[in-house]
Amino acid sequence: MPRVHYLNATYGIRSWLLTTDHKRIALLYLASVTFFFFIGGLFATMIRLHLLTPAGFLVTPETYNKLFTMHGVAMIFFFLIPSIPAVLGNFLLPIMIGAKDLAFPKLNLLSWYIYLIGGMFVLYSFSTGGLDTGWTFYTPLSSVYSNSAVTPAVIGIFINGFSSILTGLNFVVTVHTMRAPGMTWFRLPLFVWAQYATSIIFVLGTPVIAITLLLAGLERMFHLGFFNPALGGDPILFQHLFWFYSHPAVYIMILPAMGVISEIIPTFARKPIFGYSFIAGSSIAIAVIGFFVWAHHMFLTGESTYAALAFSLLSYLVAIPSAVKVFNWASTLYKGSISWDTPMLYALGFIGLFLIGGLTGLFLACLGLDIHLHDTYFVVAHFHYIMVGGAVMGYVGGLHFWWPKITGKLYPEFMARVAAIVLFFGFNLTFFPQFLLGYLGMPRRYHTYPPEFQVLNVMSTAGASILALGYLLPMIYLVWSIKYGRVAGPNPWPSTGLEWKTASPPPTENFDVTPEVTWEPYDFKNRPDLGLDAGPSLAPAHGDD
Amino acid sequence: MIFIIAVCLFFAVAVTVAIILFFFKYKRRTEVEVGVPIYGDMRLEAAWMIVPLILSLAMFGWGAVVYVDYRTTPKDTLDIYVVGKQWMWKLQQPNGLREINELHVPIGRNVRLIMASEDVIHDFFVPAFRVKMDVVPGHYNTMWFQPTKPGKYHFFCSQYCGTNHSVMEGWVTVMEPSEYASWLSGSSGGGDANPVVAGEKLFAEKACNTCHLSDGTGRAPSLNGVYGAKVLLADGATVTADDSYIRESILTPNAKIVAKYAPLMPTFQGQLTEEQILALTAYVKSLQAQPVPATGSGIAPAAGKK
Repeated sequence: MPRVHYLNATYGIRSWLLTTDHKRIALLYLASVTFFFFIGGLFATMIRLHLLTPAGFLVTPETYNKLFTMHGVAMIFFFLIPSIPAVLGNFLLPIMIGAKDLAFPKLNLLSWYIYLIGGMFVLYSFSTGGLDTGWTFYTPLSSVYSNSAVTPAVIGIFINGFSSILTGLNFVVTVHTMRAPGMTWFRLPLFVWAQYATSIIFVLGTPVIAITLLLAGLERMFHLGFFNPALGGDPILFQHLFWFYSHPAVYIMILPAMGVISEIIPTFARKPIFGYSFIAGSSIAIAVIGFFVWAHHMFLTGESTYAALAFSLLSYLVAIPSAVKVFNWASTLYKGSISWDTPMLYALGFIGLFLIGGLTGLFLACLGLDIHLHDTYFVVAHFHYIMVGGAVMGYVGGLHFWWPKITGKLYPEFMARVAAIVLFFGFNLTFFPQFLLGYLGMPRRYHTYPPEFQVLNVMSTAGASILALGYLLPMIYLVWSIKYGRVAGPNPWPSTGLEWKTASPPPTENFDVTPEVTWEPYDFKNRPDLGLDAGPSLAPAHGDD
Repeated sequence: MIFIIAVCLFFAVAVTVAIILFFFKYKRRTEVEVGVPIYGDMRLEAAWMIVPLILSLAMFGWGAVVYVDYRTTPKDTLDIYVVGKQWMWKLQQPNGLREINELHVPIGRNVRLIMASEDVIHDFFVPAFRVKMDVVPGHYNTMWFQPTKPGKYHFFCSQYCGTNHSVMEGWVTVMEPSEYASWLSGSSGGGDANPVVAGEKLFAEKACNTCHLSDGTGRAPSLNGVYGAKVLLADGATVTADDSYIRESILTPNAKIVAKYAPLMPTFQGQLTEEQILALTAYVKSLQAQPVPATGSGIAPAAGKK
């Protein structure tokens, strides 16, 4: 390990809380999103325990409603949305393009403080009366009828939005202006493309949710009629505005994870990614089309039939770029030299779960089927496959992949593989039964349920306890490895990106000398510095064709 | 449905099998081994964009047909008024018979639910019939189904509506037409429970009848025959006088002004419950067969009598 790096360059609490180093800010985010992940996870555990019996044996209806609301708010706004961009993106984006930092380092620190202030408001809401509106805050329930602490939660999410906007702005400017010599757009790692697409959504979408929740808050506090029909407002307007952001927000969560997978697969298959420009382009396509599908959450609100037809069609169109990515990842494995290291297991798990999540989206986009499936557990299962099976698997996989870069240490490989497998099976056992529950007609957000649904609910709860173990394991061994792990060296896998050209952990300035990029992305053949058997000929590695 | 499941299963299995196969077949053999550099293939990219596109268009088309059929109310419906409120369902048969969290319907009829909410958004969901629709305050939403098999079927509120969301449920009882008829007559309809009678009473109580004179000589148009007809508005447009129009005219009278009439009517926003609005609507509907006066009606002349 290098003697001086970004972790030990300076000491003391001030050197962390006032840092402008993107890598340290990434670690500040890592700590805070992990905190919210465990809060959200605790709520989820209580929800699943409660649903063991049809009558629900753990909590009152009021508490149950607060649990699933706070689970959603903590997980979506304070864990999933910032997780990959603000932790891995913050750490990696400048290094991957050969820059010393983000374009606006102080703005980057401000983003974290804004996130913290927003988080404080939300925690205040959780601890003083809780929140029982559902994370969707549908009016007029949230703006008139709820007796819980809606106002501080809405203010918290409003404030937190600025954190996303500033991060997005920072990333866009950085990618445009700070690329190292030779780092052309089509040499950018696909992770950077994904972050770029995500940042566009941050900048364009977040203001809409901020203003929407502000309007709901104003209606609640000052009885200004925006959404309440008794005051001349329209509750459906809220849903349009809410989903105008919150559907693209799904892509904020999944696109960065797709970026992580696009880095892991070529590294552990040791070959260039199949269809680079198609994967990069599909990220942009998802970001753009994703803005025009929002009303597919509203097929049964009484919206016009023509609007429903248009939004259904557009929802099918957004499935195509996602499919393109999956096909390209699978094809990248063809004739690779595949290792079964932990990050690759996560990537494999991601593809499998994302496939199920994505394909069940085709059921929900189908107007005729959505009549039955809307607002049932089918939807709950579908979006957990995307957000947990997809986004969280991508995030945890990415943490493992770049852990040696972040800490300079290797985690225990065997334990990590076990945890990846436990997570995969625990996840499926938790959420697959929910597809069946939804198909059988169990509505979402039910504190009690008819007895015929019990068996599947018990399976789901059993799965959740395995899943919880799967999340605790990495927490333990990753922290353990910081002190006791083997030294990783600059490029343990090895991989081709610029981040692997610098020391692990990197120096504060990222590179001793500004790097110059002379190679194509994911090229293992023409990189003698990787120490691999590239061989003079391009003969197939396996003599089977 | 089977088509979608088949397509999805095919792709899920195909991709999973391919990945697992590659995982074993191309497992790394030596530490320094490198994969074969393959950068892509335009024909493959084109194929896996075009084929899924065609398949998904087929799914879209099938779903669209089902949905449009569902959203288009058939003629000759048995109309049930539904009011959702935290946390119960109030339902009312055409003859005025009220039910709470229970609905009795005959087989073979197209049953239309006309739904309003007293407070927050609810959603009426009958899984066995594959139907649901949001019940939105300030709007009327309708849904319809045709029961085919006698029995009891669970219905739920499927839009989260607050504390007791999960107990806002009940049963649809589907009966033979003869049974349904005797059930209806056996239970007490009529009187104040009858929405037409209740609506007529309200019409007088709220002094609607001082302006809306039936012979068309009042300060407001006669309502005879207006239900279901086209109404000519001051701006030259016409609008069909359906439940939503009548509701809007009661709550926000100035939104659509009938041609040749002054915007005099006060708003009744906040003064009527959803059930009272439904009663008034039922009363207006009962005037459908009354003679339309030659002058003093809002009905568009070109449209004529329905």
